[in-house]
Amino acid sequence: MINAKSLYQEVILDHNRKPRNYGALSNANHHAIGHNPLCGDRLDISLNLEDDHIDGIAFQGESCAICKASASMMTAAVKGKSRGDAEILIHEFRDMATGKLDLDNPHHLGRLTVFSGIQELPTRVKCAILPWHTLHAALNSVMSASTEAENDPIHLSAGNG
Amino acid sequence: MKSVDATLEHDVTFASEMEKVRADFPILKLKVNGKPLVYLDNAASTQMAQPVIDRLVYYQTSQHANVHRGVHYLSETATLEYEGARQKLQRFVNAREDREIIFTSGTTEAINLVMHGYGRKFIKADDEIILTTLEHHSNIVPWQMLAEETGAKIRVVPINDAGELLIDEYEKLFNHRTKFVGLIHVSNALGTINPVKQMIAFAHMHGVPVLVDGAQAAPHMKIDVQDLDCDFYVFSAHKLYGPTGVGMLYGKAKLLESMQPFKGGGEMIASVTFEKTTYNTIPHKFEAGTPPIAAAIGFGAAIDYLLSIGIDEIHTCEMELLHYATELINALPGVHVIGTAASKTSVLSFVVDGIHPHDIGTLLNQEGIAVRTGHHCAQPIMQRFKIPATSRASFAFYNNRSEVDAFIAGIHTVQKLFS
Repeated sequence: MINAKSLYQEVILDHNRKPRNYGALSNANHHAIGHNPLCGDRLDISLNLEDDHIDGIAFQGESCAICKASASMMTAAVKGKSRGDAEILIHEFRDMATGKLDLDNPHHLGRLTVFSGIQELPTRVKCAILPWHTLHAALNSVMSASTEAENDPIHLSAGNG
Repeated sequence: MKSVDATLEHDVTFASEMEKVRADFPILKLKVNGKPLVYLDNAASTQMAQPVIDRLVYYQTSQHANVHRGVHYLSETATLEYEGARQKLQRFVNAREDREIIFTSGTTEAINLVMHGYGRKFIKADDEIILTTLEHHSNIVPWQMLAEETGAKIRVVPINDAGELLIDEYEKLFNHRTKFVGLIHVSNALGTINPVKQMIAFAHMHGVPVLVDGAQAAPHMKIDVQDLDCDFYVFSAHKLYGPTGVGMLYGKAKLLESMQPFKGGGEMIASVTFEKTTYNTIPHKFEAGTPPIAAAIGFGAAIDYLLSIGIDEIHTCEMELLHYATELINALPGVHVIGTAASKTSVLSFVVDGIHPHDIGTLLNQEGIAVRTGHHCAQPIMQRFKIPATSRASFAFYNNRSEVDAFIAGIHTVQKLFS
């Protein structure tokens, strides 16, 4: 059992207090809104995709600290990356959060592995995944994402609200 | 001075009596994350006392068979005990007859039964259904489904900043098209106790029947359906120290008889041919299929247990905890209680500046403290207060002051962590 308090102390509170890339992006050409109807969290992600590279990315919205920290670290991680590399991170992060990724095998998550403990807080998995969900929607120009939609581009198999 | 001493003595005796009651609940000895469990999610579901658990075990080990079917010993025994539970419920809510009590799977199914059985038969296009802002989704969505199907309209009673219904506005909503009122007795999200008797009397002046959702009322106060004169009253066993999977619908016999069945199947019929089926009498008309027999008997045992503690004693104990907790939480800077009605049950809904309720819930859980976080299946209330969610502590008679202290200390710890 992980200690939720230490998870908060290590990383979440820092990004919650000082979220990176927070706000709107003026020259955005891709945008999506993520929504978790179970807790009312809303996340707005805009990004500027040039030659299949994420030139700029920003997020804003109302959410819990886990969601905000996940969004903050995500934007820092994917800025400057290609669409393909971002998609790999999206899949790896989702698999890690739902306990399907063996972190002993090669992966690209780096510091994002601080979220690996979230799999032991099943009611909070969706909080961590929502930003990644929304990023996937933005990259594919799906204008709105939800953790509950049946036809969602990423179908969640674990976690509940 | 003598009278003060006597009061103090009474308080001490009362507190130690309630502490003994606590020993009846085996789950309260549990440790969560290495800390003693502090269970403050009683408005979502209550814990079960050993005598009720024992009753379920006894039924399952010595009395189980299907009801109303066989002529053998066990079937007769199970039927007697199942119908005995119905009579306990009848006495508990003071219904005129036991056939006015229908076993359902819970409050939600009871409301759906009334929507299908009464609503679909008697409510037509442009008719109006009055609901309140305080309703749980279970008393909103079925009526919206009916409105969509029939073209009926939903009118909503607003609330003030304390979370109390605006009775003047309620009365203004009535007109010749008003055909039904759905009314929550006690708000699950805020704890507000609504003046249902007065509201029912007003609806009846307009000839309009009233369904009262008593899920959050029945565990805390004496329910007298004849005194209230409600047409339907519904609640669940698992919020009343009983098992999940069972609840009850009280309905006035005349209304129940006029209604169409909700579910078709065995038990609810008098005779079946492929040409025509005649329905059974109430309550069986509404109890198609094998009912939750064990759970219904456990429901009866839970009521026996509750009455052995005493509704007045429960009320005294819970009010004491609510006032103690409210005073302490109000002293914490940055914490705001949502729902400050003059008349409340032991529900404390709150928000903390800069900290999302889900983070509070996760971190309190780390201390072994169970609270509910979210919209409490009452999103219209959240919209009214312009908040996405709250944290909610709800106290039962088996909670005590030291648990309230742990809860307050827990919030303080979370605030320090986020500061």
